[in-house]
Amino acid sequence: MIDYSSVLSGAVTSLSPSGIRKFFDILEDMKDAISLGVGEPDFVTPWHIRDAGIYSLEKGFTKYTSNAGMTELRREIARYLARRFALKYEPLKQIIVTVGGSEGIDLCMRALVNPGDEVIIPVPSFVCYGPIVTLCGGTPVYLETKVEDEFRVTPEALKAKITPRTKVLLLPFPSNPTGGIMEKADLEAIADVIRDTNIMVVSDEIYSELTYGRKHCSIASIDGMYERTMVVNGFSKSYAMTGWRLGYVCGPEPVISQMYKIHQYAIMCAPTTSQYAAIEALRDGDKDIEAMRKEYDYRRKYLIDGLRKIGLECFEPRGAFYVFPSIKSTGLSSEEFCERFLIEQKVAVIAGTAFGDCGEGFVRMCYASSLENITEALNRMDKFVNSLKR
Amino acid sequence: MYEILKLLENDCRLTTEQLAAMLDMSAEQVSAEIEKYTREDILIGYQALINWDKIDIENVTALIEVKVTPQRGEGFDRIAERIYQYDEVESVYLMSGSFDLTVIISGKSLKSVALFVAQKLAIIDGVTGTATHFILKKYKEKHKVFEKQPEQEERMMFV
Repeated sequence: MIDYSSVLSGAVTSLSPSGIRKFFDILEDMKDAISLGVGEPDFVTPWHIRDAGIYSLEKGFTKYTSNAGMTELRREIARYLARRFALKYEPLKQIIVTVGGSEGIDLCMRALVNPGDEVIIPVPSFVCYGPIVTLCGGTPVYLETKVEDEFRVTPEALKAKITPRTKVLLLPFPSNPTGGIMEKADLEAIADVIRDTNIMVVSDEIYSELTYGRKHCSIASIDGMYERTMVVNGFSKSYAMTGWRLGYVCGPEPVISQMYKIHQYAIMCAPTTSQYAAIEALRDGDKDIEAMRKEYDYRRKYLIDGLRKIGLECFEPRGAFYVFPSIKSTGLSSEEFCERFLIEQKVAVIAGTAFGDCGEGFVRMCYASSLENITEALNRMDKFVNSLKR
Repeated sequence: MYEILKLLENDCRLTTEQLAAMLDMSAEQVSAEIEKYTREDILIGYQALINWDKIDIENVTALIEVKVTPQRGEGFDRIAERIYQYDEVESVYLMSGSFDLTVIISGKSLKSVALFVAQKLAIIDGVTGTATHFILKKYKEKHKVFEKQPEQEERMMFV
């Protein structure tokens, strides 16, 4: 008999499975349950984009593309980044088309991190960053962001985490799960700390198109940061294309050219059909972004208003499609709250602790769901919170 | 602005309170806007969209192209008015192109619609010709699709 514990990599076995999967089985067996747990657009990809993918299949465009992605697509990405965020990248030297934003993050870490290097990761944040760093032999260093700072990274908190071994600062804004954003002035303060160091920034900007009332600013556009920033973005959130698995990473050529090798050996190229669809998205999809953003914004305001009426404290998220209310007043821990809310009222929300220990006292609710669902979830939340008071 | 109108056009059951929350307004402001739009005949009604095909009663809808001779001083309006007065007439539009008015009529049977066209519509002074097209199936109306697409199976539940 083979002893699997001795054949598996230590780095892999040290990882704990994502905590947000825990309720999956309970939810599956539940009828009339409402899930505000899924972090993906509830829209279907706009038809003209789907149609472009279908057309490419009809034409028989089913072979590999060039490793870094179709030239045409990379040119469109460069135009898009210049148009929307004033970022300038050389399409053929500074952009790699990836399998979702996730591959982009993975490529950045694998290209930058040596064993023993530290990567500063603001929390609460999406679950993938720490494990990827661990798999690269690096050490995740978690930087807690606070509700009183609207979950921004402050220069003071950042300075306190920097050591001689710090290699990368990861910046996941707009933030999943808090909905917090970093504005130009916030980023300038961070840039002041980083600018004269050898620390690289990996900026996960997958939610860049989903900001409300403020325009997204990329740290790469701040003075002196372009040369030390890798920008990761993609199509999933802005064009409702999660299942197409398409993203991209841009940055200084010396880093991109090294990342290119990893991508070439591990992935070959991103899916061809998705790349054709993405070209259409970039050429003619600005109006779709705007329509979806507007719809999310209605639901965002509606959900925040509802939560506050129930009596839950809720900071106003300005990005992504999540609200992150505090449930401390209920006296329950985040996990207890989510478990009981699901069992007693059949609504799934995610415990803040799934995104880092400092998420205790908060839950994540996703408003990429119909207004009917949100209304019903709020009714049930009201009942649940009131039942706890007795 | 007009956001209230767009939201109501998509779902007229939205309450004043819901609209207020979605638009960062007070319920009073929303009520006042709606009243104003109603008074100005901008907001002219609230209706449900119904898929009658799923209900077992005979019902047909026809789209009729109508050619008319416009009248001095009145243009097409007078004839359009004479047509839309009939209860059977759902919609009347003035068109550009090879005919003048589109008239949408619903009735209990093909025969009743055909008779209406022959006996009521075609004989109106100034109507010079009609062409009747029966609607066989409705796929989409006012941005709503009549038959839902199947949901994707095996979705990731938590991301």
